[in-house]
Amino acid sequence: MDLTFSQQETAFRDELRAWLADNPPDPRPLDGGEDAEYAWRRDWQRRLYDGGWAAPHWPTEYGGRGSTQTESAIYFEEIGRARVPMAANILGTLLGGPTLMQWGTPEQKERYLSPILSAEEIWCQGFSEPDAGSDLAALKTRAVKDGDEWVVTGQKVWTSGAQYATWCMLVARTDSETDKHKGLTYFLMNMNQDAVQVRPLRQITGEAEFNELFIEEARIPDENVVGGVGNGWKVALTTLMNERAGLGFALQIRMRQLLDDLIATAVERGLLDDPLYADALAELHVRCESIRLLAWKGLTDSERYGQPGPEGSLVKWLWSDTNQRLTQLAVDIIGPDALTAGTSWSYEQLRARGNTIEGGTTEVLKNIIAERVLGLPRLKVAA
Amino acid sequence: MDFGFTDDQREIQRTARELLAERANPARVREHAEAGRTDEALWAELRELGWPGIALEEAYGGQGLGRIELSILSEELGRSLAPVPFLPSVIAGTLIEQAGSPAQRERWLPGLAAGELIGALGEVVGGAAELVIGAPEAQVIVLLEEGHTARVLAAEEADVEPVASIDSTRSTARVSAPEDAGEALEGDVRAGVDRALVAVSSELVGVCDRALEMTVAYVKERRQFGVSVGSYQAVSHRCAQMLLDTEKARSTAAFAAWTADADPERLPEAAAMAKAAASDAGREVTASAIQAHGGIGFTWEADVHWLYKRAQLDAALLGGAKPQRAHLAEILAKQGSALGVA
Repeated sequence: MDLTFSQQETAFRDELRAWLADNPPDPRPLDGGEDAEYAWRRDWQRRLYDGGWAAPHWPTEYGGRGSTQTESAIYFEEIGRARVPMAANILGTLLGGPTLMQWGTPEQKERYLSPILSAEEIWCQGFSEPDAGSDLAALKTRAVKDGDEWVVTGQKVWTSGAQYATWCMLVARTDSETDKHKGLTYFLMNMNQDAVQVRPLRQITGEAEFNELFIEEARIPDENVVGGVGNGWKVALTTLMNERAGLGFALQIRMRQLLDDLIATAVERGLLDDPLYADALAELHVRCESIRLLAWKGLTDSERYGQPGPEGSLVKWLWSDTNQRLTQLAVDIIGPDALTAGTSWSYEQLRARGNTIEGGTTEVLKNIIAERVLGLPRLKVAA
Repeated sequence: MDFGFTDDQREIQRTARELLAERANPARVREHAEAGRTDEALWAELRELGWPGIALEEAYGGQGLGRIELSILSEELGRSLAPVPFLPSVIAGTLIEQAGSPAQRERWLPGLAAGELIGALGEVVGGAAELVIGAPEAQVIVLLEEGHTARVLAAEEADVEPVASIDSTRSTARVSAPEDAGEALEGDVRAGVDRALVAVSSELVGVCDRALEMTVAYVKERRQFGVSVGSYQAVSHRCAQMLLDTEKARSTAAFAAWTADADPERLPEAAAMAKAAASDAGREVTASAIQAHGGIGFTWEADVHWLYKRAQLDAALLGGAKPQRAHLAEILAKQGSALGVA
């Protein structure tokens, strides 16, 4: 056991930290709405790209640094620590790119990878549907072969960045006769066609981070199938497995910063002398630090034994629950400001309600842990 | 960054688990617990193996290994509920090693390292230390006073009155002593207490781990309404929560053990975190184990109650989750952000 970074890892961290200090993003645009905010994040990714920091976990042949998993985790911790914006094409660099690297043809890699990294082409993810959330494999969007094209019709939901995206990682049903997992195919769908309508989905914070996609006979050339017809479930799993691999480290640091801010306010207001507040804040501290420890432990296991294990579900579960407790306690400590529309604490609290739903609901995570970590029998449900 | 054990540490863990699976099997633990007796044969064997002195300096006859190795043994002994005075001896030795003078160390540590002496550590509140684990058998007793001063006494200098606790896998006593009895430990008492907290936390991790293992095995096997009860989410999600609590305790205990040797500046914070997490987990996980076992879990024969009782005493030992968090809050108020980490 050695909970320090190696010389190489420390050098990596220091180089990145210095680069971030020398190359801060522009100030966040105060007006201009979501479009201005997005342009700002896109500009930030270009800057990362020019500095060689857009996706250090990508292999060098595709423009990354070939970083180890540990370095990649350090990267996201530092991104979180520096309080810089999330790069605009994070879904492309984190999910789309690695999926193509594993399943794509040489032509697809040649065509798509570079514009992902430079944020020239933004990617979005068309997986969930109104009737296929946790039960993703039940999705109904259909793709029918027509010559050397596929014709796609259906509806997707929770598609963040769709209004800015050029490409959508789309999973659709190409065979409704076979087993629900086997009839799926993974496509790259061009978003710039009239057959794809993007409608913003207003969420409880009032903003629209996500969208609904209404797809009416959209066209996808056959060469845009990823990983073969009927193999969509496996390809989608690759995408999903990458989903929290790195991002978790950034989220975990963001929560740490929120807690540090909250503790500082509590100290200022003398609330840390109140045993009830002291107890609640200390418990959040224990949780925050154990999330960090469990995340690093998961990474160690993953480097030793290959794939990240289902234990990652523990980290996501504990993080989402803790963030909700933290932002709720903030109301007691910060006071009315935390309930005033437009303040950062009110935003954090409302946004945190999504944490236990997005990327696997807590209920599904508990099932995964029960079945795959503890080996408990799967609940038999009617088909 | 590496959370894994070394090959040597893994070997210690493997041999300890194998040995205790046989020598401290449930029937044997029950037999000794029901009779309220220490397992002398097992204790003799552990002494042979040098366990009591695993983390003590070689100069005093110890093995000179680290706190991680001590945590590994504590966890395995917790898993098996072995009725031996390992934990009280080790934590008393830790206090003497960290806060004792050279003469005090010379006097007590070789005997404790060899297991020829049994130690006990109690916390005096209102004139006496209650339920001091191992005290009825101990030859050397360390008494903490007000959390930051301590004195070491030969057992005959103290008034030791055996009092049975709910956990009969270990002996307990009420200990008091005249004000001028024994010798003050003049060194860093807090450093000793923090290291002791880590050992107790690790024992609790072992207790939780075993409670979860027994529960998972039981709910897979037990059938009602034609299916195994572990397939019901009300039960399986409870098991998932037990795992989360256990892993939270395990990761913070491992961090604290590592900190004790490698980054002692962070030890006060890490030890408080570990004991807070382990005390909560110990209570919750063993209570859940009883609940998930249903009616059988409430019976004497099911053996789950021994884990619950051990967890209750360990959770309270040297301060439960609430006082640990209060201590942690004081540290946080002083140091501010924890983001300097790693």
